[in-house]
Amino acid sequence: MGKLEIRDLNQSFRKDDGSDLVVLDQISFDVEDKEFVCILGSSGCGKTTLLRLIAGLDTARSGSINLDGEEIQGPNPKVGFVFQEYSLFPWRNVIDNIAFGLEMQGMPLNERSRVAEHYLDLVNLSQFRDNYPTELSGGMRQRVAVARALALDPVLLLMDEPFGALDAQTRNMLQKELLEIWDKTKKTIIFITHSVDEAVFLADRIIVLTPRPGRICQIFPIELTRPRDRTSVEFAQVRRQVLDLIGKLCSIQ
Amino acid sequence: MGRDNQKNGKNRWLGLIAILIVLAVWQFVAAVIIHYPFILPAPTDVFAAFVSLVHRGTLLLDLEASLVHFAIGLGMALLIGIPIGILMGWNQRFDAFLDPLIEILRPVPPLAWIPFAIIWFGLTASAAGFIIFAGAVFPIIINTYSGFRGVPRVFVEAAKMLGCTRSRDLIRYIAFPAALPSVAAGIRIATGVGWMCLVAAELFGVSNYGLGQKLWFFYSLHQMDSVVVYMIILGLIGLAFDMIFRYYIDRYFLKWRIGEVA
Repeated sequence: MGKLEIRDLNQSFRKDDGSDLVVLDQISFDVEDKEFVCILGSSGCGKTTLLRLIAGLDTARSGSINLDGEEIQGPNPKVGFVFQEYSLFPWRNVIDNIAFGLEMQGMPLNERSRVAEHYLDLVNLSQFRDNYPTELSGGMRQRVAVARALALDPVLLLMDEPFGALDAQTRNMLQKELLEIWDKTKKTIIFITHSVDEAVFLADRIIVLTPRPGRICQIFPIELTRPRDRTSVEFAQVRRQVLDLIGKLCSIQ
Repeated sequence: MGRDNQKNGKNRWLGLIAILIVLAVWQFVAAVIIHYPFILPAPTDVFAAFVSLVHRGTLLLDLEASLVHFAIGLGMALLIGIPIGILMGWNQRFDAFLDPLIEILRPVPPLAWIPFAIIWFGLTASAAGFIIFAGAVFPIIINTYSGFRGVPRVFVEAAKMLGCTRSRDLIRYIAFPAALPSVAAGIRIATGVGWMCLVAAELFGVSNYGLGQKLWFFYSLHQMDSVVVYMIILGLIGLAFDMIFRYYIDRYFLKWRIGEVA
């Protein structure tokens, strides 16, 4: 299971002059089990703040986040996180990076190597098992990061613009691979992006946030059948609809 | 330095030529112009002194004594400096607590501790070790500290998301390996500083052997050629430490950094 319920979430930061900067304002939404949700918004709209709250890395001013009925109160092995920047431990090779979480759980070496190899295989990087992160390209690093997050078999996978730093081709390929992985592992995924194209390609549902303060502006269910073809007419139509509505209603250019 | 191996191989000859030129000029000045070994012994005098010192057979005992002093000093500096650096780098309150104290003690020259070294430890190897410790501990503290301060937040958060949440585990599995390049640089500096303190640490008579002790002993006998022998040995061993250290650390601890700095 991986059902997430977010209710009346508020987050603000104290500014130097003593006033409060409201970052998230009354955010409420649900994410169903095995659903793929994209959160779309321009930079500075609080997307990352929202994701960090769901991860348990920060604490909200008010509101609640429940995963399968349990309140999130800190980092939790049921929640995996793929960071925007490169987060692989450079002193560990690929397989040891993937096995890190299992090692922390005290799993014996043989067993955790076996599990880690399974996830390494899932992201198609078996031949880079013993390489160090500095020897990998950006796309490979993010694939290893996905494998590392999946190795603990979380029910919910949070991804914070994981492909943002990659070139367009690599990015498209990784999106496809991610959907395949999602299909095989059946995780609930919350994926942050500022690209409408990426969101329409990936998501069951797109949640659009307005900037400053972050509020939910629109929620679009994406009904396109999978696998989606980003060059198709239907795809272009949905993308246009989303863009139009966002432009009209959510003050995102 | 040393980025292009092929080029480096050719350029190494240039360095050797410089050494040979200096030896030749030194020989000429000492033997022909000054002609007074007490002021400047010639390379040939030094070599002859070296041969006779080898025959005397105390060189190894001197080396052993010096290494003991050095090991005491550097060992204590590591044992005390690394944990303090870790605590200060990891915990802001501990940093605020210790920082002023360290900033006051740090500028005191290591050799200024000699009187207290004698009073506290007597004329023992520990007294010499203490002087070396006083020189070596601060580079270790400061580099460990800055290494821990510089640990990228994303590593710590990634580790937390993977179930590594206790401070002890975060230090051991994340912060320490991430800070290791900086810690290693600190130890390397400390090795150099500690070795420099050795001669002074041995000059107040803590032992009957020692590279520094013998240097002063032969000076008091006005055997300047032997003094130069010990100077050269001190220099070469300091160099060897640095090379071994660099080779070993790069090979076994920092291999993951290959390619990070192009």
